[in-house]
Amino acid sequence: MWQLFRKTPMWRPRPFRDRYDVVIIGGGVHGLATAYYLGRAGVRDVCVLEKSYLGSGASGRNTAIIRSNYRTPEGVSFYDESVKLYERLAADLGYNLLFSQQGHLTLAHTDSAINGLRVRAEVNQLMGVESRLIWPEEIQRLVPALDLSPRPRYPVLAALYHPPGGIIRHDAVVWAYARGADRMGIAIHPFTEAVGIGTSNGQVTSVLTSRGEIRAGVVVNATAGFCSTVAKMVGLHLPIVTHPLQAFVTEPLKPFLDKVIVSATLHVYVSQTDRGELVIGSEIDPYSSYSSRSTLPFLEATAAHTLELFPCLRRVRVLRQWAGICDMTPDYSPILGEVPGLKGFILDVGWGTYGFKAGPVAGKRIAELIATGRTPELIKPFSLTRFYDDTLVGEKAAAAVSH
Amino acid sequence: MSFLVPCPHCGPRDVYEFRYGGEFQRRPPPTVSDQEWADYLYARRNVAGPAKEWWYHRQGCRRWFLAVRDTRTNAVLEAFWPEDKPEGAG
Ligand SMILES: Cc1cc2nc3c(=O)[nH]c(=O)nc-3n(C[C@H](O)[C@H](O)[C@H](O)COP(=O)(O)OP(=O)(O)OC[C@H]3O[C@@H](n4cnc5c(N)ncnc54)[C@H](O)[C@@H]3O)c2cc1C
Ligand SMILES: [Zn+2]
Repeated sequence: MWQLFRKTPMWRPRPFRDRYDVVIIGGGVHGLATAYYLGRAGVRDVCVLEKSYLGSGASGRNTAIIRSNYRTPEGVSFYDESVKLYERLAADLGYNLLFSQQGHLTLAHTDSAINGLRVRAEVNQLMGVESRLIWPEEIQRLVPALDLSPRPRYPVLAALYHPPGGIIRHDAVVWAYARGADRMGIAIHPFTEAVGIGTSNGQVTSVLTSRGEIRAGVVVNATAGFCSTVAKMVGLHLPIVTHPLQAFVTEPLKPFLDKVIVSATLHVYVSQTDRGELVIGSEIDPYSSYSSRSTLPFLEATAAHTLELFPCLRRVRVLRQWAGICDMTPDYSPILGEVPGLKGFILDVGWGTYGFKAGPVAGKRIAELIATGRTPELIKPFSLTRFYDDTLVGEKAAAAVSH
Repeated sequence: MSFLVPCPHCGPRDVYEFRYGGEFQRRPPPTVSDQEWADYLYARRNVAGPAKEWWYHRQGCRRWFLAVRDTRTNAVLEAFWPEDKPEGAG
């Protein structure tokens, strides 16, 4: 815990060079994790470009839910590897990440929702992920504050219980990856914006930045909500639309909730942090935008829905509200790996509202792809080509409200 | 309210009265390649800046129209019926 308050710098400014083997665009969890695992794989002539401060994008704005109870076998095995990496991450990075595997409950308020959760429980169990349907009696034991009476408009009928799910200190993850990468000699350049990408004969050759040109044969696009703007630098239109996602926190309360609670029907999810604040979120704003301004309709609707689950929170005050932008794909799965016809341009995008939990696995596997030149089996289903050969990985049911 | 959308029929209204219909695109002829068809279905320009898009006034006149909106600020620069600018491919 003391680490979170100490003042020694986490990474040092390094000279800005005009050549690196690998340039990573985006200083969020994905860019920094990729840099860290590249270093671990022995690839250290690497720099990370961040147009603002580290973690200024979605990685510093998310609600830090980590889980692997997805719906498709491809999704479940991918996110499961990330949960396992997170379980060891504090030790790997030598940094307290406050990872709390407190358990995650997805509520069902309708028969069709129960059916959907049953499918997920079956897929999860087949893939060896702890996840099962539970009923009101057990839900009440796990979450005494939840209103399980028949009073609400949508009474709680069942829940998908996922014990390894939980929350983490998201900023700490970002900083610890940055420090780990820095210690291996990787250069981190904040306040450096990529503004163009040079190519020649179907191969990436350079990145033009606000501080000058860098020659590089490998460029990773890890810019989440901004990834379409970077893809456009090589003339690529991605199957991505950028939407805002909002959240808010309440004043701190005594600990009373030690499970993450999600209700897709009510478009709301709630968790309590170690500081006692309730972190509350919803689904994306209903229009595309690059603006991260908060709105009152979100706060009103989401607060009202929170009270349907927890009427006891009636008098609790809201501390602050914010928004981040999310790179939504049509199937709610990410886009990972190489782009046909353009060597050296690597995608780590399409993280939508659910990408924080995937930082470790994506970073590790993208690093493996760069270090070995081979696409790991685990990320093959998420290639850009899936939109052209009709093999989408549909995760909407497991990711639209539950992030 | 988060921003206003000027419906060409009803005037400026709260964005929550509308349904966002996505960026304006031209539907390719059925003879195009699978690749081009998949691009039409999935690939988006997703512009950070002025973008031409479809809007539907769900809680008003119930008509579809086009608007140019700066997606960085949500300021709507212009709104019009599609037939008024038939050439207007963005
Ligand atoms: C409110 C909210 C709640 C969320 N909740 C969850 C959750 O509970 N669980 C979960 O798993 N996920 C959640 N997410 C999603 C998650 O935050 C993101 O998917 C994830 O953080 C993406 O990480 P990233 O490193 O790819 O992108 P970011 O953290 O967005 O980093 C990208 C960086 O690229 C930089 N950049 C952009 N363009 C350029 C350029 N041209 N040059 C240089 N730098 C550039 C940006 O400044 C930014 O810092 C949530 C998101 C939001 C907004
Ligand atoms: Zn109208």
